[in-house]
Amino acid sequence: MSLGTYLLGIVAALITLGVVIESLRRRHLRERHAIWWLAAGIVALIIGVFPDILGALAGFLGVAVPTNLVFFLSIAVLFLVSIQHSGELTELESETRTLAESVALQELRIRELERALAERDEQAPDARGDS
Amino acid sequence: MGRMPSPLDRTLVVMPAFNEEEAVGDVVREVFATAPGASVLVVDDGSADATARVAADAGATVLRLPINLGVGGAMRAGFKYAVERGFANVVQVDSDGQHDPRGIAELVALLDRFDLVLGARFAGVGDYRVRGPRRWAMQVLSGILSRLTKTRLTDTTSGFRASGPRAVALFARHYPSEYLGDTVESLVIASRAGLSVTQVAVAMRPRAGGVPSHNPYKAAVYLGRAAMALFVALIRPRVQLPPTEAPIVA
Repeated sequence: MSLGTYLLGIVAALITLGVVIESLRRRHLRERHAIWWLAAGIVALIIGVFPDILGALAGFLGVAVPTNLVFFLSIAVLFLVSIQHSGELTELESETRTLAESVALQELRIRELERALAERDEQAPDARGDS
Repeated sequence: MGRMPSPLDRTLVVMPAFNEEEAVGDVVREVFATAPGASVLVVDDGSADATARVAADAGATVLRLPINLGVGGAMRAGFKYAVERGFANVVQVDSDGQHDPRGIAELVALLDRFDLVLGARFAGVGDYRVRGPRRWAMQVLSGILSRLTKTRLTDTTSGFRASGPRAVALFARHYPSEYLGDTVESLVIASRAGLSVTQVAVAMRPRAGGVPSHNPYKAAVYLGRAAMALFVALIRPRVQLPPTEAPIVA
């Protein structure tokens, strides 16, 4: 492995970690959404610094080409994150639905109250106390 | 006026409406004329047209959803309104005029013995016809749901249905908003919660906007989605009937 590819791995991992941590700091990301990306970034950094770990792990698992292990793990992480996002989307939709119902029910109640008030004022204009 | 008290007095007719300004006014007036005593709630499902104003002018109470939630979403809002205001029964009627409001009293009359009454379109009354693959798809669906509910159902995707107090309490909490969730899955939820289901034949009028599709490809897609809805409904944990907090007063 040339020095160039060695550095490329480390720099890519550092950029990933930097982006995730900066997003966390600026509150663009909540912890529970960042956790997978943080974990992936840290693993990438460790393997970037000590590439022999990857070879050893691939040998232990019987993966002939170590790079394939990287692809496998990357796809696994992306898959889990997608599932998590779909789940949260479903939850958000369900919450939106409940909120929309509440808004509609309250709006109807307000309209009815306003109408009742207006009728009362028409019947007894002095009852308001400000005339 | 000395009229006999009728179960319709405690019945709320809920009509989900999405951009139905052409039809909804007449349907509301027809419901008032054919189901005396019943209250009418039009749930405006985020319409962009004058649905809400037309319905209100016809005398209906209008619940305006800020966003489009689909039929199931509109219905759950309607069930919640019914619970909030103490209605015993809810009858769902389409706002496009496809359901004949004369069937409302018939459906409600059966609520003294059943929790959920479906208005079936193919049981020999009226001239509503579906042919070919779509009909087969609906028959397969009806067969499975008939076994589940232990009663013979021929039209499980009917949106014309009456819910008694126990069903209203259940549906105010659990009424799916997915495609076919409001018909197929809600039936599964009801029967697994221990509610009794029956059907009654009702006349159905052709929809104002076009006829049901007989395209075999669409029928296959329909069957697939129905099977999916059924499968999901059956693998979900069953929901319990909510405890009735207070006795419902007339």
